[in-house]
Amino acid sequence: MSKTIRIDGKEIPFEEGQTIMEAASAADVYIPHLCHHPDYTPHGSCKLCSVQVNGRNCTACTFPALEGQDIISQSQELQEDRQRITQMLFVEGNHFCPGCEKTGNCQLQAVGYYLNMLDNHFPHFYARREMDASHPDILIDHNRCIFCNLCVRASREKDGKNVFAISGRGINKRLVVNSSSGQLKDSDIDVNDSAVHICPTGAILIKRQGFRVPIGQRIYDHHQIDEVALEQESESHGR
Amino acid sequence: MKQFLDMVLESAERQPVRLLRILRAVQDRYRHIPEQAIDIIAEQLKISRTEIIAVVEFYSFFHRQPQGRYDILISDSITDWMLDKANIMSYLSKVLKVDVGTVRGDGLVSLNNTSCTGMCDQGPAGLINGYALTRLDRPKIDDMAVLIEQAVPLSEWPAEFFQVSDNIQRPGLLLQQAIAPGSGLTRALARGLKETLTEIEKSGLRGRGGAGFSTAMKWRFCAEAQSDRRYVVCNADEGEPGTFKDRVLLNSYADQVFEGMTLCAALIGAEQGYLYLRGEYRHLEDKLQKILQQRRDDGLLGQNILGQELNFDIEICMGAGAYICGEESALIESLEGKCGIPRNRPPYPVTQGYLHKPTVVNNVETFMAAAAIAVNGGDWFKGAGTERSAGSKILSISGDCAKPGIYEYPFGVAIKQILSDCGAVDVQGVQVGGPSGSFISDQELERQLAFEDLATGGSFIVFNNSRHVLDVVKNFTHFFAHESCGFCTPCRVGTSLLKKQLDKIVDGHGSAGDVAALEELCQLVKNYSHCGLGQTAANPVLTTLQRYPELYQRQLKKISYEPGFDLDGALEVARRMANRDDAGAHLTQVEE
Repeated sequence: MSKTIRIDGKEIPFEEGQTIMEAASAADVYIPHLCHHPDYTPHGSCKLCSVQVNGRNCTACTFPALEGQDIISQSQELQEDRQRITQMLFVEGNHFCPGCEKTGNCQLQAVGYYLNMLDNHFPHFYARREMDASHPDILIDHNRCIFCNLCVRASREKDGKNVFAISGRGINKRLVVNSSSGQLKDSDIDVNDSAVHICPTGAILIKRQGFRVPIGQRIYDHHQIDEVALEQESESHGR
Repeated sequence: MKQFLDMVLESAERQPVRLLRILRAVQDRYRHIPEQAIDIIAEQLKISRTEIIAVVEFYSFFHRQPQGRYDILISDSITDWMLDKANIMSYLSKVLKVDVGTVRGDGLVSLNNTSCTGMCDQGPAGLINGYALTRLDRPKIDDMAVLIEQAVPLSEWPAEFFQVSDNIQRPGLLLQQAIAPGSGLTRALARGLKETLTEIEKSGLRGRGGAGFSTAMKWRFCAEAQSDRRYVVCNADEGEPGTFKDRVLLNSYADQVFEGMTLCAALIGAEQGYLYLRGEYRHLEDKLQKILQQRRDDGLLGQNILGQELNFDIEICMGAGAYICGEESALIESLEGKCGIPRNRPPYPVTQGYLHKPTVVNNVETFMAAAAIAVNGGDWFKGAGTERSAGSKILSISGDCAKPGIYEYPFGVAIKQILSDCGAVDVQGVQVGGPSGSFISDQELERQLAFEDLATGGSFIVFNNSRHVLDVVKNFTHFFAHESCGFCTPCRVGTSLLKKQLDKIVDGHGSAGDVAALEELCQLVKNYSHCGLGQTAANPVLTTLQRYPELYQRQLKKISYEPGFDLDGALEVARRMANRDDAGAHLTQVEE
């Protein structure tokens, strides 16, 4: 008899050692997330995957699935709060979706669509953030960084390079590059690195790719993020 | 520089876990962490330069740009404000000819704010090159200015500048009589280690940091975790504004604190312990090192303690200005030489703590109490306090009272009693447990200090009727925004939004919807933040909104909406450029 957890009333099997996110994904249940990716160590920082486990808020990507858990994920309250958390990410940086090369392919934007986010709700920070266009193939637009740490983890865990780190404290956090000048061109990053392809927003972009797929024909122009995420991630979570 | 760094790295045994110690030495010497030093340290410790940059930028006391040869930081705690901090700051700025937040042109002096330095009973307080300054006033500042302009080294300054008093006003169960060094361990060994843990269990001792987890249970969990190595960590990072009792305990009862740590080590089977001391208490460092050495000489630390097969030693690790490091998993990260970012739980430190080995992290007062329990027995401790809160609690009392300082009470004491003892009159309210605790009004003075009613880590700030509650809330809310580690969205963005939203209201730009928006934001930050900092950051707003809604309402404009953006203000530059200031050059955005 396999062990089960219950998500929104649905019995879901899990294996010892799986997180709630892993069990849910494997069972085709989508829990919104941005900083989580099945290939990398869970981070638990974006908080979009917050669910109620036996009445307590936990991040599904870090919290272990345990027998007898009664989990609420799709309640109206949680969806509204996830929308607010997403709005926080939008006002913290400078996100101009219509002018962004990533539009339609951006997970942050797609989560916004999914949660029916119609405005930014909070006052903007208008943070002054730089752009690093020094590298011949890769561009960093710090305006769009949401500190999900995925590039940091991908570079460290998959590329074996350690190109990125998140520095600073509180609202002054920033993405830093491991090179003597601090610029991307002097780092040992390569356009084929996993770290370059993992960014859920338009913060790390590959040059000369813009509009190769026209706006209107991009991933989230036609599919909801839950659909896309489950298709891409449920297999790796299946164990 | 190479030579100096070699020496520093050598003394740190080239261990990346000692990165904070290395950076502190570099900061002291060069008044910042130079690029070249980052390269050398990275190479020698075999870590990336970004890792070092991340640490430098995380902690308030590290800088990438040179600070003044005399680096002055003034405590921004609400208690300092109540003691006329604003005036002291502007006077300092004037006399030393340096703007707040800058380094003077000649590099001699820099001046800035810092979070509470733990001198609330003797403020306005500050730090100069990391050493505590107390009871600042104009004559003292005049003297300081002379010493600074003549470039007199700090070591030659009059001792009175750095005088820190204990101010023990009311000793109780623990403070009345310190145990003799070694007596706790001797009794524990005579009684049997297992039996001693049972005794601690019987005492009902709960962690004194505020959360109140059963100490015996924590120690037992750690002892039972499968591992080849275990650690004992004393959390001496009291950063909660209004707390300073650990400062006093380490100044006058350090032996007993170390004894408690050693006792814990014996019970759980640890051979290494760490005292994580907040950077603000640098003045205690040498003294504590001497006490540790004395204990080694007396056979109370090191190999074969008291002639038994018991090996344990304690190392002091200094923080570098980050309130979040008081959170136990952030503290562990910091001990490992990293940014103080709280870990995900589970796993908990008792099973995976320092270097992922089982670790007990307890507060200074907890270890001190445990040592006393080893000597006097569980019943002695249990005899005081209430049913669910055994023993006594040591409080740091500051604010509007005649006798600020340290007070020890059995749990269950009424707030009223405390106020009368410390000489507080015309009380408007009390902040119990610091900004992360609750603000209680003068209608609630019958309430008790206990886990059953008002839990506390020890901060107790009294406000009389001359104070404005919203000024207090503003100070606390700014504090949390400044100290958020920034790891998770709701705290990183949320505490800054809270600050903006509260300021909008306090500064008179709020309208009806703004209080509702403030409350909504509070709930969001509270419910979704990763750790205790975010989960309590909204408490100052929430506890005062509940008790003084009219204070918030009174600040509001009588319109339905007031934008946060000042349209007319934004036209100022245009007016200046066009050289006109007639009515037509102004805009009103909302009809009042």
